[in-house]
Amino acid sequence: MNINKIIPPKIAQKIMNGLFIASGLLTILILILVLGYVLVKGLPVVNLEFLLADPIDSGRAGGIFPMIISSIYVTAIAGIIATPLGIGAAIYIVEYANANRAVRLIRFGAEILASIPSIVYGLFGLAFFVVFLQFNWSVLSGGLILAIMALPTIFQVSEVTLSSIPSSYREGSYGLGASKWQTIYRVVVPAAIPGIVTGIILGMTRAISEAAAVMFSVGSALQTPISIFDPGRPLPLHLYTLATEGISLDNAYGTAAVLVIIVLVITIGTNLIVDRYQRKMTGG
Amino acid sequence: MQKNNFTEFLIEKGLFLTAIFSIIMILIIILFILIEGFPAIQEYGFLNFIFGMNWAPSEGEFGVFPMIIGSICVTLLSLLMAVPLSLLCAIFMAEVAPNNVKKFLKPTIETLSGIPSVVYGFFGLIVLVPIMRETFGGTGFSMFTASLILTVMVLPTIISISQDALKAVPNEYREASLGLGATSWQTIKNIIFPAALPGIITAIILGMGRAIGETLAVIMVAGNVALVPNSIFSPLRTLTSNIALEIGYATGIHHNALFGTAIVLFLIIIILLLVANYMQHKYKIDAGSGYL
Repeated sequence: MNINKIIPPKIAQKIMNGLFIASGLLTILILILVLGYVLVKGLPVVNLEFLLADPIDSGRAGGIFPMIISSIYVTAIAGIIATPLGIGAAIYIVEYANANRAVRLIRFGAEILASIPSIVYGLFGLAFFVVFLQFNWSVLSGGLILAIMALPTIFQVSEVTLSSIPSSYREGSYGLGASKWQTIYRVVVPAAIPGIVTGIILGMTRAISEAAAVMFSVGSALQTPISIFDPGRPLPLHLYTLATEGISLDNAYGTAAVLVIIVLVITIGTNLIVDRYQRKMTGG
Repeated sequence: MQKNNFTEFLIEKGLFLTAIFSIIMILIIILFILIEGFPAIQEYGFLNFIFGMNWAPSEGEFGVFPMIIGSICVTLLSLLMAVPLSLLCAIFMAEVAPNNVKKFLKPTIETLSGIPSVVYGFFGLIVLVPIMRETFGGTGFSMFTASLILTVMVLPTIISISQDALKAVPNEYREASLGLGATSWQTIKNIIFPAALPGIITAIILGMGRAIGETLAVIMVAGNVALVPNSIFSPLRTLTSNIALEIGYATGIHHNALFGTAIVLFLIIIILLLVANYMQHKYKIDAGSGYL
């Protein structure tokens, strides 16, 4: 209000427009700086040998093949477990639940799960999966922790999408004599697929990026895990170890570049697929 | 028909189980953290644990106060930088920017939020720490360096949630204000922003949660000295770093004390979430549909 009296509105408008544009540019600049630096320094290290070879001398030389496999293992385990749980919970909340208090409790539960710091998950995984359930240091223990972390993301995005499906879809299906589950399975969920897929991918991106939550449960082994009970070392954890223990800067750059490219490909790929599906569904 | 009904019944119960799975999991998490953390708090004393200034596991001293202060300082300093920038950016994206600029900014924000935290930490370690060392002296590992990294990490959270809040403000508000001859900035400042404020506060609190919870990126640039920092260029250790740095070799009561640290973290996060929820529910009606 006071500013209004000192600065004429039109000039205030111009100043603010400048600030808005500057903030947008700064955000883009930060992204370019971080991505650009990692890719410029890392990509020269990345070649087929780097991707397919075992690390030599705890990562001073050689490649990152076991880490890629470990990452795939933990992320796949997380996805396989969290996807049905997240979607199921979202379907229950949107289509079945009518007790307001229960809905709020379940939503709040998801918010808590989404906000628990990853290092607390790490401690919990150590105490529960590794020691109590005796899964030991294994990609299974790591994957299970990541499943719990990815669950709220999948749930929240699916819930928003499912509740945005118009009720006329459901009424039409009931009108044709379909049961509740048939309506959900044949009509509501297919219409919500783009949103649900986005949710799953977001959950998976969270899982594949995570190091702190798994650092005390996957075992940090340098060998390629064969069974789910073998220890492993996912890419982010490898990067952390290489960088903080000063093992090899070059290989750290390479690992960071690979990690960034995986995340970029997943994000961009999903956006394209979801876009296409949506256009197909809306006939546009 | 009877059989069909039974199937439907089973499906509903099955879905109910998936829905309460999160709640069960939270209870198990709390149970295990408490069981492991309680012995330390009991033996060392709750007040000594929370307000103790000295963390020296080898001497049996387990005061987490420096880490609590460390977490709070680094979080507040990062919010100080992140909040203005992200609010400007959110308003720009929701209200001002033309469509083709939006098409560019949205994936930028998504990508920023997708970059693994370890990569941010690595960038901080390799690029920021040397710059800080040359510009401000010292080792370069400091509260300020960690805050800069956290600023970038909480940007996408605050931007995307407050943008949703701004977009949820009904269009009539804008039209009425513009119709009365207000400039677009006056409309944003006097109408849209106040209406979206509860959602924006929620966004800030969630960003705060992310900053407090971040571990490895902070470890890589903060210096990790378990002392209360006396300037923004001092090194510090956060609650999360404390756990990650020592759990690998901790035994006995030291091990329990690290779970105790997790209890403190957990409490902070729960308080933040309750405040965020309270903001949403309290202002739900006042702000029209201008909440999340």
